[in-house]
Amino acid sequence: MIGTKSSTGVRVAQGTKPRRPIRSDLLMAILFLAPNLLGFLIFTAGPVVVSLITSFTDRSLLTPDYQYVGLRNYSDMVHDALFWTYFVNTAYFFIGLPFSMAASLFLAVLLHQGLRGSSAFRVMLYLPSFTAGVALMIMWKQLLNPDYGAINAGLRSLFGLLGMNVELPQWLNSTNNLLALNPEKVAIDTNQFGLGARDAIIFMGTWTAIGGGNMLLYLAALSNVPEELGEAASLDGASGWQKFKSVTWPQLAPTTFFIVIMSFIGGFQGGFDTAKVMTGGGPASTTTTLAYHIYQKAFEQFQVGYASAVSWALFAIVFAITIVNWKFGNKEDLVS
Amino acid sequence: MKLRLWQKVLIYTLLLAVSLTTLLPFLWMVLTSFKPESEVTNLSPVPKNWSPGNYGEVSTAAPFFGRYYLNSLFVAAWVTFLTVLTSSMAAYAFARLRWPGRNVVFTMYLATMMIPGVVTMIPNFAIMVKLHLLDSYAGLIIPAAFSAFGTFMLRQFMLGIPRALDEASVIDGASAWTVFADVILPLTRPGLITLGIFTFMGNYGSLFWPLVMVKSESMRTLPVGLLQFDSAYNKATHLMMSASVMSLVPPLLLFIVGQKYLVKGIQLGAVKG
Repeated sequence: MIGTKSSTGVRVAQGTKPRRPIRSDLLMAILFLAPNLLGFLIFTAGPVVVSLITSFTDRSLLTPDYQYVGLRNYSDMVHDALFWTYFVNTAYFFIGLPFSMAASLFLAVLLHQGLRGSSAFRVMLYLPSFTAGVALMIMWKQLLNPDYGAINAGLRSLFGLLGMNVELPQWLNSTNNLLALNPEKVAIDTNQFGLGARDAIIFMGTWTAIGGGNMLLYLAALSNVPEELGEAASLDGASGWQKFKSVTWPQLAPTTFFIVIMSFIGGFQGGFDTAKVMTGGGPASTTTTLAYHIYQKAFEQFQVGYASAVSWALFAIVFAITIVNWKFGNKEDLVS
Repeated sequence: MKLRLWQKVLIYTLLLAVSLTTLLPFLWMVLTSFKPESEVTNLSPVPKNWSPGNYGEVSTAAPFFGRYYLNSLFVAAWVTFLTVLTSSMAAYAFARLRWPGRNVVFTMYLATMMIPGVVTMIPNFAIMVKLHLLDSYAGLIIPAAFSAFGTFMLRQFMLGIPRALDEASVIDGASAWTVFADVILPLTRPGLITLGIFTFMGNYGSLFWPLVMVKSESMRTLPVGLLQFDSAYNKATHLMMSASVMSLVPPLLLFIVGQKYLVKGIQLGAVKG
């Protein structure tokens, strides 16, 4: 993935004798690099090492003394049923991903037709993901209020018109979920089937993401699909759908792969803002993700040793996904 | 391929439907922000009696609201300026200067891009405590001012600039700084703007770091302020919406001004993996 265009300079150095001697720009490089490298060492590289060391201690923010405890934090973590519950909570949010990606792709295909006004639509659709943040979460919290929120008000009048008497979802107040997961342990509990806090957050996330970066990536990928391929298929009598399935979709595979990988990497680290702003991690911890768990351990219970261990577990997950990406991803396609 | 009329109508209908779904919550938010308290639970989204006074009432309910605003803009502006400056300088060193160890250092930069933010967050907090920078602008700005991703993105950008352009200046005896400032930077402008917009937005919206850094009310940024305001006033939907609308004004302005750079930027960002 490191570009090759620039390597001409290096190639000259390695190849036939250069006309003028290659001088090293070391001094200049140090000057140009210093501000960024210094920040990088102090706020990224150093802390990574410190964090790893901390994860082997019982360090607390409340007392200056601490001891090395070996792997105890890690063993506590894997034996803590709550850790696995939070892991499942974090993973639960991925059930929205196929729908959100399909919708982004669908919109990209519509915009790709190049009708007049397409760029105006593109701008409008991009708005939620650009402005995403605390303000929009507060807005959604109001919309999702089960009693007076606009969403249930709309559903109430819709079902009223249809003459149906349906119990409306309690959204952020409910532990119900579409996979019927038990909120306390990793198990199935059919009573829990329904729409609850996690599903509400997935709806919000889908609304936010649908016209965002993923759609733009698909749009860029669509414009790279050679037109001759589609034309050849048309001559063979392929319908629009067949053409999409056998010509366009395979051409989009690297982009789809890229989006899935990035969503997994981002998703496993996510959920802090929504938990902090919308749910407090509840009800019954159902929206407590690993990131929020780390925050609570470190900054509410001050157990930074343990919190560091959990953050390294998170790192391990992200690292594993990145390795899969490197192994199976076609990097050249991703860059183009 | 020519589209038939019915196909065009279908496409427009679908795009319009999705765009409406996208915009309706925003519209609801703006309308609600103008409702008097008595109408908040009304089913009709349009206020009967418009109450623009809500906006003034926000600063009565949260006296520091204006201060949150200034804090957010001030911090985000500094972070953006420093990030773009340090990233572009480092990118120049990686893209144009020859020095031993260049590829090793660059690979290190790339490798750290996948480290979750929470890993470095706790040691960074400890550093800020040691330096007595808790609850200060410096504490909010400095740790956020160095971006491996920004360096990477601008490096990719600079690699696309023909070498002949800066080599000509080097032969003319220009210093590395002159080449950087007068030749490379102007040509990297779209990349700088894109990085600037994303950095600004990322920082303006960030919650985690300000939440652990800020102790006093006067140092809160908008996300932290909104969060506290929400827990104190969440029954006052109309005021919450006024506050939210106000906090969205800078992003909206930036969005309107910068939208043509954003599409390219996202697509460039795809090389992040």
